[in-house]
Amino acid sequence: MSLLSTPHLIGIKELSRADIDLIFSTAENFKEVINRPIKKVPSLRDITIANLFFENSTRTRLSFELAEKRLSADIINFSASSSSVSKGETLIDTVNNILAMKTDMVVMRHPNAGAALFLSKHVKAKIVNAGDGAHEHPTQALLDAFSIREKVGDLAGKKVAIIGDILHSRVALSNIFCLQKLGAEVMVCGPATLIPKYVASLGVKVETDLRKALEWCDVANMLRIQLERQDIRYFPSIREYIMQYGLTKEILNSLSKEIIIMHPGPINRGVEITSEVADSSQSIILEQVENGVAIRMAVIYLLAS
Amino acid sequence: MQKRLLLNSVNFDITIKRLCYQLIENHDDFANSALIGLQPRGVFVASRIHHHLSSILNIKTIHLGHLDITFYRDDFRRREIVAPSETKIDFEVENKKVVLIDDVLYTGRTIRAGMDALLDLGRPQKVELLTLIDRRYSRHLPIAPDYTGLQVDTIASEKVKVQWKETDGEDSVWLI
Repeated sequence: MSLLSTPHLIGIKELSRADIDLIFSTAENFKEVINRPIKKVPSLRDITIANLFFENSTRTRLSFELAEKRLSADIINFSASSSSVSKGETLIDTVNNILAMKTDMVVMRHPNAGAALFLSKHVKAKIVNAGDGAHEHPTQALLDAFSIREKVGDLAGKKVAIIGDILHSRVALSNIFCLQKLGAEVMVCGPATLIPKYVASLGVKVETDLRKALEWCDVANMLRIQLERQDIRYFPSIREYIMQYGLTKEILNSLSKEIIIMHPGPINRGVEITSEVADSSQSIILEQVENGVAIRMAVIYLLAS
Repeated sequence: MQKRLLLNSVNFDITIKRLCYQLIENHDDFANSALIGLQPRGVFVASRIHHHLSSILNIKTIHLGHLDITFYRDDFRRREIVAPSETKIDFEVENKKVVLIDDVLYTGRTIRAGMDALLDLGRPQKVELLTLIDRRYSRHLPIAPDYTGLQVDTIASEKVKVQWKETDGEDSVWLI
């Protein structure tokens, strides 16, 4: 059996279609494992993994930790706020110190784009990118596509709209790459100020009207407004954003077909989607979280081989 | 290397049926028992045995499961990794008499992995091993079958290949 074509998981851009299919089929097996009474397999008991989170995270961090534990790996956790980074230690020094303690793999989330690639070129460990700035978040895109596939089958020809703050979203970019590799059609929708200038060159449709995007798509992936990444004001007020781009049950019910609703989390209830939509039967938000563990197990297992 | 036929399709059928009767001797009506085939090839043996048992006993409810042991192997990262197959066990393993079924018993490592995988699903009352072919004197671990189709003496460079009517056109076992 073949392994992944890359020794690290830096981004979806570097993955081939065969890699994605391999990750999906392995994840299906792991999904069965995490539903057993004993949710562990001993495969990675000789591996140590360091989780370096230089940015806040709940979902991704817990998801990776759980995935690693379910594979019986040993884990060390690092969060920037309580570390020597605040004393001025460089990234490479930080990681090399951790590697000197015989760590085999590093899962890193960093606020700067390209951090994961930079690290992969300078240290001797397998790197998994858990999000680098506004660049890529490959495991999120993989679990998103996996969740859609679970619900509607083969992604070829399916229409997926990514809605919200596209400009600052690594989830959006990784999703665009992943969905296109799987043959889906992608549209990005949001306020014109939050859509990157040349995004159409990626082969995606661009729309600024929420209703039109929702009528067009089979699946809507709702993104959070990334206030922490916004240096200037991109829209007049949250209220105005909600009026134009907030998804409510009324809008959903008014569409000509039932679409699937996704959200990478954390949800701003009442902003990009209402509680009614988030908790509705059309939403697969919690399935995304469950699949996240299985996908991350698959990625780590395949990279560790 | 010469190919040698170990079991032709007539003897294959007789062997399977004999194994079924041996199972019936110990498991009666299979009310509290289960057959679990190890992926990837034990599942064919298990299905065939299940089919014959069901028709001999005229019961439709004998538990049959498929167990994949890829994640329990002891050679992960020491050789090319194996693609995992499906684990499908839609009954409780707890307190049942489980018969683990594989096509060829060689070093015993697969069965060891199979037991670890099985015990992660619950606590069976008893675990027995049924193997179609037992490659004698080749064990790496202290594992012994309870039901054997045929015992064969082989050397390390040889392989035992089981062919199935469904996929290869004919039931037979070859030494290659």
